[in-house]
Amino acid sequence: MKSFGKIILLALAIIIAVITLTPALWMLSASVMPAGQASAFPPKLLPAQITFEHYVTLFTRLRLSRYLVNSLILSLSVTLISLFFNSMAGYAFAKYRFSGRDRLFRFLVAEMVIPAQVTTLPLFLMLNTVGLINTYLGVIVAGMATIYGIFLVRQFALSIPDSFIEAARMDGASDFRIYWTVILPLCKPILITLAIFTFMGTWNDFLWPLIVLTDDSMYTLPVALANLTGEHVQDTELMMAGAVITILPVMIIFIALQKYYISGIMAAGLKE
Amino acid sequence: MSKALQQRTLRVEIKSLRRAAYFFLAPALIPIFIFFFVPALAAFLLSFTDFDIYSLGNFSYVRFVGLKNYFQLLNDPLFWKAMANTFYYVLVGGPLSIAASLGTALLINAKFIPFKKFFRTIYFVPVVTTLVAVAVVWRFLYHPRFGLLNYALGFFGIAPIDWLGDPAWAMPAIILMSIWKGFGYNMIIFVAGLQNIPVELYEAARMDGANAWQQFKGITLPMLAPTTIFVGIIAMINNFQLFTEPYVMTQGGPVNSTLSIVLLMYQQGFRWWNLGYSAAIAFVLFGVILLGSLLQARLQKRSEAQ
Repeated sequence: MKSFGKIILLALAIIIAVITLTPALWMLSASVMPAGQASAFPPKLLPAQITFEHYVTLFTRLRLSRYLVNSLILSLSVTLISLFFNSMAGYAFAKYRFSGRDRLFRFLVAEMVIPAQVTTLPLFLMLNTVGLINTYLGVIVAGMATIYGIFLVRQFALSIPDSFIEAARMDGASDFRIYWTVILPLCKPILITLAIFTFMGTWNDFLWPLIVLTDDSMYTLPVALANLTGEHVQDTELMMAGAVITILPVMIIFIALQKYYISGIMAAGLKE
Repeated sequence: MSKALQQRTLRVEIKSLRRAAYFFLAPALIPIFIFFFVPALAAFLLSFTDFDIYSLGNFSYVRFVGLKNYFQLLNDPLFWKAMANTFYYVLVGGPLSIAASLGTALLINAKFIPFKKFFRTIYFVPVVTTLVAVAVVWRFLYHPRFGLLNYALGFFGIAPIDWLGDPAWAMPAIILMSIWKGFGYNMIIFVAGLQNIPVELYEAARMDGANAWQQFKGITLPMLAPTTIFVGIIAMINNFQLFTEPYVMTQGGPVNSTLSIVLLMYQQGFRWWNLGYSAAIAFVLFGVILLGSLLQARLQKRSEAQ
């Protein structure tokens, strides 16, 4: 009786896994079907013959490489800039003593309750006034530093013993040198986690690039994909190929750096 | 070294330390101030003006109109529709998603399940996918004639459903997709919470003859309460910001059955350029999220006190 229950639960775990993977697998499969084959009854699970024509169309006629480059430039620059700024501020909040520090930190954390959408309208007007609409910089400024990132680095840096910093200071190292050669290497686990979060967050972001990037040539992959589906409702296979290209980079990063990603979420969840 | 000299070097040191702290803080705090804090305040002011497409060309056309935008909202049936839809999504989708997370966490945390890491990774895959791409894929899965979902339901004798075309089904369809996309994230947090429960508690309960269900109700659920509230707050805040799914899958239709607050804000602000009105919508959203967070924070305090 007991082992029967176990078999049922194992079967349930497998069924959930199959259901979870089906949309992704179908997307892959449909992306290599000849045009029109994905719209059939009964639905085809596997292509009758494999074709890469949709990928070719995407990269030639629909200039998908342009959007891919835009997405890469934006995600990489936001990740690098915010990692640098957040880690400096997180370190300062954790290890320096100055008047009003705790009050300032509490104030910042309280601001996290403001949803980003609230800021979009005035931010758009501000950027419009200084001519940053439809530029990379317009997208980047909103993500240059994040309260959440500062928070994560601070919590991690608190556990670094003061003696490490004192020892470096005795050796005559400057403040920036201590940060760069002592603190950053010690913070590596949280920095990798934060880098993955930021890269994926920027890559997958939709509302802000949709608002700031008004010209077709500046679109990121998600914005371009949303735009293309409007024009190509019938071209299922083409759209699936576009979805594959959009998802693939983040999926590769996830598979390669899974350990850091998942432990980061566990740490964030336990910290409350 | 004399005492006076010692004190002076100490002062110099503190001063240089303070300068270093500001040097480290400035690069992050200045952008946060300019690009987050100032716009948030400006949005509040904007919501009391009649800022529209004419003001966009010339700021001198902007007039202060007091609470007019907010009164207009109260009389706008579209606003109430968007509120109702968003609450539907938050109150139905949120708990269902958390239940799915908890269920799968319990499942892959069970001792006898093999390949735990394998299942965990698979369940987590949808979380890292791009929402826009996923919405595009699910639009086809939901196709009434050629979609995989209706085909699968056909095996159970369920007649085809027009998922995204039927006002009664469009929001459930969006909720279903969101659960698929998101349950893996909170599952990870629940697994971490489950592993933090001392094994001795279960051993003691078994000695007292408690069965699996009694152990779950008496130990697992109460011990997970703080985690659940934490997860609940985050999920609620995120769910109130529903935008991409209806934007890509339904454009808010059919007959506004999936129009969300943020989608309405986007349409009013960036399609019709009624920025004053749109800012008022944004602030109602903020108020609702703030209230919800305070409510759940109070719950958390109560559960910790117990």
